[in-house]
Amino acid sequence: MNASFDVAIAGGGIVGAACADFCSAAGMRVAVVEAGPIGGGATAAGMGHIVVMDDSPAQIALTERSRSLWMALARELPADAEYVTAGTIWVAADAEEMAEVERKRALYAGIGVRAEVLGPRQLSEAEPNLRPGLAGGLLVPDDGVSYPPCAARFFLERAQARGAVLLRAKAVELMETGIRLAGGEAVAAGAVVNATGAWAPELTPRFAVRKRKGHLAITDRYPGFLRHQLVELGYLKSAHSTAADSVAFNAQPRRTGQVLIGSSRQFGAEHAAIDQPILTRMLERARAYMPPLADLTVIRCWTGFRAAAPDKLPLIGPCAGRPRLLLATGHEGLGITTSLATGELVAAHLSGRPFAIPPEPYLPSRELEAEGDPLHE
Amino acid sequence: MNDAVTLRVNGKPVTVPAGAMVSTAIAAAGFDLFRRSVTGQPRGPLCGMGICFECRVTVGGRQHVRSCQTACASGMEVQTDE
Ligand SMILES: Cc1cc2nc3c(=O)[nH]c(=O)nc-3n(C[C@H](O)[C@H](O)[C@H](O)COP(=O)(O)OP(=O)(O)OC[C@H]3O[C@@H](n4cnc5c(N)ncnc54)[C@H](O)[C@@H]3O)c2cc1C
Ligand code: FES
Repeated sequence: MNASFDVAIAGGGIVGAACADFCSAAGMRVAVVEAGPIGGGATAAGMGHIVVMDDSPAQIALTERSRSLWMALARELPADAEYVTAGTIWVAADAEEMAEVERKRALYAGIGVRAEVLGPRQLSEAEPNLRPGLAGGLLVPDDGVSYPPCAARFFLERAQARGAVLLRAKAVELMETGIRLAGGEAVAAGAVVNATGAWAPELTPRFAVRKRKGHLAITDRYPGFLRHQLVELGYLKSAHSTAADSVAFNAQPRRTGQVLIGSSRQFGAEHAAIDQPILTRMLERARAYMPPLADLTVIRCWTGFRAAAPDKLPLIGPCAGRPRLLLATGHEGLGITTSLATGELVAAHLSGRPFAIPPEPYLPSRELEAEGDPLHE
Repeated sequence: MNDAVTLRVNGKPVTVPAGAMVSTAIAAAGFDLFRRSVTGQPRGPLCGMGICFECRVTVGGRQHVRSCQTACASGMEVQTDE
């Protein structure tokens, strides 16, 4: 076959952009097919917390690898990517959550992730606007914060500087020989990657990636109000339940001095409109942890859709029986963080070069239906 | 004078009629820079009716208060940007 590209990537979110960056760096001729603005999907809606998460060994491996790639990249990122090593504080409300702090600390120590247990005094010194009476927390100083759409644009521009081509079009069909565009024209490529996030099932319907809606709110500028990315440990309970709508306290200091407040999780909500009762619950939850937030002015609220895979791990790599058709989707609430290791894995799959982390846990061919039909709860 | 309140703008005392807005007091105290934009440009009241948010100042330690929508009170401390 005389393909004009080695790989054609559908989707110009942060995942598609990172795939383009790594593939072009590996010497491949890359095309990216994106109809909308770069990073205009979930990438523009997300929080941009760069974080090591420990739900499963595979999630730890992917997030830890990604975070080290972000850290290595920090100095090259443009100012508008707003990368700051703000650190995460996992906030423990009670003794039970303090036990979780200790478990996490031991786990992180075992994998070389710096972390420090904070008692109640240290917690309120670190974040004076938290309510008194909290049990403590775990500080993970090397976690970061970024402004994802600008990071995505930067990854794509790096790829373009190496010759990658951006095609402003909608992909309507993925083939092993390329991508068919809305106009009927085909982009010939030796391999194809579906990196269309929550829209991925429109192109590869066999893979059950569901939309999981989230709300966020951002305040005006209050420099110094918040210093670390705060996440309540009760988050684990609510993020894990796949059925009910849930909210959790999550607050992020932006480089601008703004406070980004999250977040909610809803399945079955397909409309992007603000759901007022959920937004109210989310802000009430935030105020319960940080009462002075009530005096801050929120200037904008919005929603976004996470792409949720059935087993909470992204789908990265070739489809069974179709080695030239790859997926890079299902990153749920971690796709900003994990975009980099995803791009690295995709490039290794295509180039045959060694993998930085074992690729098996993320292969689309893994058993996904084990716990029943993922489309019906 | 019952119908007047005295407050301080950037530490400078100013007396205005009761019911006057903070934006009026700032002007009466002789300041025309209310705040600076993100890029450092000077800003002051534009719409006078709470829509444009250009007139924000710090009142009693609280940031981003719209001065055109806030009535003066006796002893109020108002801070504008430099
Ligand atoms: C509220 C919220 C908070 C979040 N917080 C965080 C966080 O703190 N940290 C973190 O790591 N992650 C976070 N995430 C997750 C993160 O935002 C996503 O995982 C990530 O942005 C996914 O990137 P993506 O490139 O896969 O998808 P997207 O950014 O959605 O990109 C997909 C792209 O594909 C394009 N596309 C779709 N269909 C087609 C087609 N047919 N043809 C061509 N192009 C197409 C779309 O236009 C879009 O640009 C959050 C998400 C939400 C919703
Ligand atoms: S002048 Fe427009 S809001 Fe005050």
